[in-house]
Amino acid sequence: MRGRADSVEFLSPSRVEDALDLYSRNPHALPLAGGTDLLVAWNAGLLNGKTVLDLSRLPWTRVEAAGKGLRIGSLATHTQLRRHAVILKRYPLLAAACGTVGSVQIQNRGTLGGSIANASPAGDVFPALAVYEAVVRTASARGYRELPFLEVFAGVKKTSLSDAELIESISLPPLRRPTRQLWRKVGTRAAQAISRVTAAGLLWLGPGRKVLEFRFALGSMAPTVVRLHKVEAFIQGKPLTERNIEEAVGLLDDDVSPIDDFRATREYRLWVSKNILRSLLR
Amino acid sequence: MIRFKLNGKRRSYDGPLFKRLLDVLREDLGLTGTKEGCSEGECGACTVLLDGEPVNSCLVPVGQVHGRSVETIEAMGTPAKPHPLQKAFLLRGGTQCGICTPGMLLCAWSYIRKGGRKDPEAIREYLAGNLCRCTGYQHIVDVILGFCKR
Repeated sequence: MRGRADSVEFLSPSRVEDALDLYSRNPHALPLAGGTDLLVAWNAGLLNGKTVLDLSRLPWTRVEAAGKGLRIGSLATHTQLRRHAVILKRYPLLAAACGTVGSVQIQNRGTLGGSIANASPAGDVFPALAVYEAVVRTASARGYRELPFLEVFAGVKKTSLSDAELIESISLPPLRRPTRQLWRKVGTRAAQAISRVTAAGLLWLGPGRKVLEFRFALGSMAPTVVRLHKVEAFIQGKPLTERNIEEAVGLLDDDVSPIDDFRATREYRLWVSKNILRSLLR
Repeated sequence: MIRFKLNGKRRSYDGPLFKRLLDVLREDLGLTGTKEGCSEGECGACTVLLDGEPVNSCLVPVGQVHGRSVETIEAMGTPAKPHPLQKAFLLRGGTQCGICTPGMLLCAWSYIRKGGRKDPEAIREYLAGNLCRCTGYQHIVDVILGFCKR
């Protein structure tokens, strides 16, 4: 059954204070940003009788310098991010990921904050945010707080945000230029595909191909995006010999236990993600 | 009550704000050129331009278009006086059954207006959110290529 529009209370504040106040008084309201997830549920008739807190009039759309890093307003769209000169230059994995989300129509509407709040296991932008070690700033009537990006997720479509807490912005810390970097989305087709495996990696090498630092994250593998801490720790400080690479790749199973679903089997996900990891290290 | 610009003219709307833009266009404003396909943002049949950019009107609550500009296929041309792009779609096999055509045309129009490159791959990427089960896309891409300046 379709949604009945007159059954929904639609709150549309334009000042942040009003939004936080309305949300604290209506903690069961559904925050609405670009609607690319929420309206799909609505069209399936799942949200009749709800209160919707429309965030689209709030001024959280800007992308601006924050010290030597970058602060992205939670309502910045994927289109805005994939075209942004500073993101293209300094955080290209995020620009690339935004460019593979849904379609042009979806990228024009979907927001970075909305994607995070929706917490899909297949969120295409999450591996990039994980390796950039993004910090999420939230706002509520109680005040503001910051938490590391990975701590936002509590499970499939679940966040650790508390009642009446909104995502205000996402900060990317300063980053020295990596020696190698990688973004990969594996799906059935280029557009509109829900990914089977997504990966983002940053690698800094010193003399003698010795690993100074390595960061690698996988999406669509587990209930939430995963940083491969064991693999990263193993390879750190070691030269990239074939033997070290294979040993690192072998540790991937310790870091992530892939799901088995109708999009791909567990074995497929392991096989593909190991190949991606190998391709970055080799 | 909300106000917005629709196909260049000022309009107001005084109904439920969570009604989909798609339904407001078709039911309240009588503009039935915008089609409903999948209702989940996959097919692009309901594409309209919001401030010049393609969006799926089945995923936009009308309350979010307050103060903004909406263009639908009715802005492009009429059967008596089609837009050159519409004419080219008709003459060169860019349209068959027609359900995807309004969305496809609006996306193509936005690509051309923004100065999109004469590059089949770029056109295919831009139109990837508009599914067509008749044409196989080749004719559509060919038509659009003919309208790109660079």
